[in-house]
Amino acid sequence: MRSIIIAMLSCGALAIAAVAAEKPVELKPGPGADKVEANCAACHSLDYIKMNSPFLNAAGWDAEVTKMIGAFGAPISPADAKVIGDYLKAHYGQ
Amino acid sequence: MITRRSLLEAAGTTALLAGAGQLSQPLAAKADEALSLSPQLPEGTRAEAVLDTLPGKKPLIKLSYRPPNYETPVELLRGAITPNDAFFVRYHLSDIPEVNPDTWRLSVGGDGANGEIRLSLNELKQLPATEVAAVCQCSGNRRGLFEPHVPGVEWGYGAMGCARWKGARLKDVLDRAGLKADALEIVVAGTDGGITDKTPKFVKSIPVWKAIEDTTIVAYEMNGAPLPHWNGFPARIIVPGWTATYWMKHVTSISAATKPFDGFWMKSAYRIPLGRFPVVARFASQETAANTPITEMVINSLMTSHGNGASVKAGGKVTVGGIAWDAGYGISAVDISTDGGSTWTAATLGEDLGRFAFRAFSHAVAMPTKGSYKVMARATNKIGQSQTPALIQNPAGYHHNVVQTLTLVAA
Repeated sequence: MRSIIIAMLSCGALAIAAVAAEKPVELKPGPGADKVEANCAACHSLDYIKMNSPFLNAAGWDAEVTKMIGAFGAPISPADAKVIGDYLKAHYGQ
Repeated sequence: MITRRSLLEAAGTTALLAGAGQLSQPLAAKADEALSLSPQLPEGTRAEAVLDTLPGKKPLIKLSYRPPNYETPVELLRGAITPNDAFFVRYHLSDIPEVNPDTWRLSVGGDGANGEIRLSLNELKQLPATEVAAVCQCSGNRRGLFEPHVPGVEWGYGAMGCARWKGARLKDVLDRAGLKADALEIVVAGTDGGITDKTPKFVKSIPVWKAIEDTTIVAYEMNGAPLPHWNGFPARIIVPGWTATYWMKHVTSISAATKPFDGFWMKSAYRIPLGRFPVVARFASQETAANTPITEMVINSLMTSHGNGASVKAGGKVTVGGIAWDAGYGISAVDISTDGGSTWTAATLGEDLGRFAFRAFSHAVAMPTKGSYKVMARATNKIGQSQTPALIQNPAGYHHNVVQTLTLVAA
């Protein structure tokens, strides 16, 4: 991966126009909505959650939360992960 | 530990978070009619999808703002070439720097190369140029139509497009560094990345045999213009016939490897069960006993002349048309059925823009009386493959090529 790092060092980036205009995505109110917003929205817009509804069962949402932490490195505490999982199952589950 | 972000900062760059700006803008108006979303999509997808305009693009169907995932409305897929401003946008990760072409460099090396070189954009353009018309299609195009639904970006029909891509052959680029005989895979990486340095950077590998085909290129032009930012400016890898996961955008690193690349996006993502799909191209160095990386696209077609449920005039013929494509074996026929698949009639094929391109087709369907007509289209290629009549299930929702049925209402 040395070559990738070198390429990164040489790759310029300009702070100009091409930014997507993200609109607010409202989640259903309920216990844990704040944790979802604070944790999940750091890396992706919350439309990902609504788009993937309402077809995941409890195991399906648990697997998504586990994937975000385990595979994608989301820095979410086990306590918050539980609250987030419960919220998703209750409001966006099957 | 040096993170990607700190590297960017050290290099004096500013990483933009796609979607971070303009949060105060009003909600986009819903326009379900204009979207003509498939009723097969998840309810939540149908509720959230809106027409939204990224800088430099026409209004596309927004599935997610950040990272941006926007698909092309079907009515913008009527021609065999998709305009740049209508081309779909797909990112895995949210940190998407805008690249300065003057300071951009392409690093070419790796343990499977004799040395390491760095090319500027002008140096890349000095290599012999070639152009190929090719379909770029997300592996998960039509994932949203899976029943039962599988999680992911819930694409309808429009996570694809066809463009004329111009650039240098990847093999010529590799030759500049000198490819060793024991090189196994070509590893490609770009500038976009995750928000935390724990997120696996989007890095892919391509088997050497595919990487050195004449049609695999490092493209810097799309339909005669520089690549749009959202489609990989200033250069991306073009792997005709293969799904878009290999078409690395904003490419900055090409690395020849003598061992199978084991990054997350190869080892864990973009895998299909072994032996389930009728694909020819294999990525042997990445296969396991259970699964294999997705490789070439499966044969497919899409009627684009009418939206589902469109009203047409009864008492004559209605010309239905669309596009067909495969992995490059060549479309030999598109057949139309109006009796639920009992009998089929050959459609007229349009201009052949090359074996990797969309092939247009059209057919005049008799609609003598008022009522509902169900029109099916099924493509066949020169090696005898055709679209599946029933969905081939797989956990990640790839390779949806079920024969489409379009309902037209004659009145």
